[in-house]
Amino acid sequence: MELMNLATEAPVYTANAKRKKKISIGKMFRYLVIILVSLAMVLPFVWMISASLKAETEIFGFPIKWIPETFRWENYKNVWTTVPFHLYYLNTLKIAVITTILVIINSSLAGYAFAKIKFPESNKIFFIYVATMMIPYQVMMIPQFMLMNELGLVNSHWSLIILGTVNPFGVFLFRQFFLSIPDELLEAARIDGLNEFGIYWRIIMPLSKPAIATLVIFSFMHSWNDFLGPLIYLTSDNLYTLQLGIQHFITEYNTEYSLLMAAAVSAVIPTIIVYFLAQDHFIKGVASSGIK
Amino acid sequence: MNPSKKVNSKSIRRNRLIAYTFLLPSIIGFVLFILGPVIASFLMSFTSWNGFGVVEFIGLDNYKQLLSDENFKISFINSILFMVISVPITLFLSMIIAVALNQGIRFVKVFRTAVFLPYVTATIAVAAVWQLIFNPTMGPINGALMKFGIEQPPGWLSSPTWALISVSIVYIWHSVGYYMILFLAGLQGIPDYLYEAAELDGAGPVRKFFNITVPMLSPVLFFTTIIGIINSFKIFDLIYVLTGGGPGRSTHVLVYDIYNTAFKQFEYGYASAMAYVLFMLILIISIIQFRGQKKWVNY
Repeated sequence: MELMNLATEAPVYTANAKRKKKISIGKMFRYLVIILVSLAMVLPFVWMISASLKAETEIFGFPIKWIPETFRWENYKNVWTTVPFHLYYLNTLKIAVITTILVIINSSLAGYAFAKIKFPESNKIFFIYVATMMIPYQVMMIPQFMLMNELGLVNSHWSLIILGTVNPFGVFLFRQFFLSIPDELLEAARIDGLNEFGIYWRIIMPLSKPAIATLVIFSFMHSWNDFLGPLIYLTSDNLYTLQLGIQHFITEYNTEYSLLMAAAVSAVIPTIIVYFLAQDHFIKGVASSGIK
Repeated sequence: MNPSKKVNSKSIRRNRLIAYTFLLPSIIGFVLFILGPVIASFLMSFTSWNGFGVVEFIGLDNYKQLLSDENFKISFINSILFMVISVPITLFLSMIIAVALNQGIRFVKVFRTAVFLPYVTATIAVAAVWQLIFNPTMGPINGALMKFGIEQPPGWLSSPTWALISVSIVYIWHSVGYYMILFLAGLQGIPDYLYEAAELDGAGPVRKFFNITVPMLSPVLFFTTIIGIINSFKIFDLIYVLTGGGPGRSTHVLVYDIYNTAFKQFEYGYASAMAYVLFMLILIISIIQFRGQKKWVNY
């Protein structure tokens, strides 16, 4: 909300009336650019939805028929019966929800220790955490897989959940946020007889909703859209996530275009709904990943 | 003045105990799944290990082999090419959109959503759509091009010359929204009085853009350039679904090669060496940028 308010309140070039005509041309140009870009962004989605409701023969051809002659809703029925999407949804949801809960607990505990408890190695350890944030996943990918293999967690959702939970970015995010909470608050709580865990749980965490929201969004979106992880770890198709399921659908049914588009729409809709529900948190979360 | 040393060291010990209790789950995970693997793959890059049998140390042989590996050379060049094509265009577009959106435009939220939407959606589903849009004979893009009299439009994903560009188009489309948000956040940190002062001095929109907006945005621009380059080197999903590295090797990139070498050919040692080359590449580029930032970034 803040972002959007600020954006509308930002400087408008109407300083003097003399230049008014020139200004309105500039403004029209700006609208033109934005409308064109927005169209380019949205048209593939519109095309996808339209194609998902068409007959196979109707999909291609130019000019594009944006509205199908007859709406073939049965495309969706066919896709959902040939592919166990409900299972893929449940698998993905399970991984995303458990990962998100665990990553919040794990990162906030660590972030609290780094930000609010003074111990000699604090900065050194935190530096090592931050240093690893730059290392690409591919560097750790192979030993991680071998370790998971030893632990018997390959072809199990737990491998993905554990890897999602170990997230230095989350620790970084919480530490930075906790640093902005004044120490006096903690001192007061200590005098009132709260122990360290009580302070963390009853004082700090309720104050940290913005940081929690940011990490929830990142973690959830990452789990939901992750492809390389499931590709490496999941081999039985009853364990597939949505992304892996779609990818298999693409390779197996790549000639049934309308079904393919119905599958794509089915995969895309949930994240779009979540985005519209938590839009402002989303935007703030992404923005705060950058400015800090 | 100081409290006695005894009390001090006692309180340090107490704090340490509490701190490590809070840190325990995180540190275990960090050592097992991040720090350990980073070290392990470094060591593995000096072996010829393939997952079975004895681990044999072969010194720098993997790295030497990489130097003469034609396929690796192609992936390396493709990764650089992909970065050079996609990063500047993505950053330029997202900055222009952010600046335009930040200047008293109506329906900001609607436009912002339109631009951000591709970023929210999963690359796999989106790739399926673009595959059809790029279809050389039947797809809407070539349909339009042929309508406008271009008789031999490009083969897009199925043409060795156009495949990497096609992937870049999808990638740019997918990621512009993310960088736009970062730029928007940066723009809101620019105080209005700077623009007002410039207006009093008679500066037009172009001068205001280059003399106020760009310098004030330079920290964000610096950050987005680094992130943008790192992200572009990590591209995998789109390549996997759109082209599978083809046609020929025209869209083989480093990460795609690392994945194949590790999980299709099971050459763990060789793949680790490749991963470390990728890491070094990212590191060197970032260091160069950090060195250069004094020249153009205003804090």
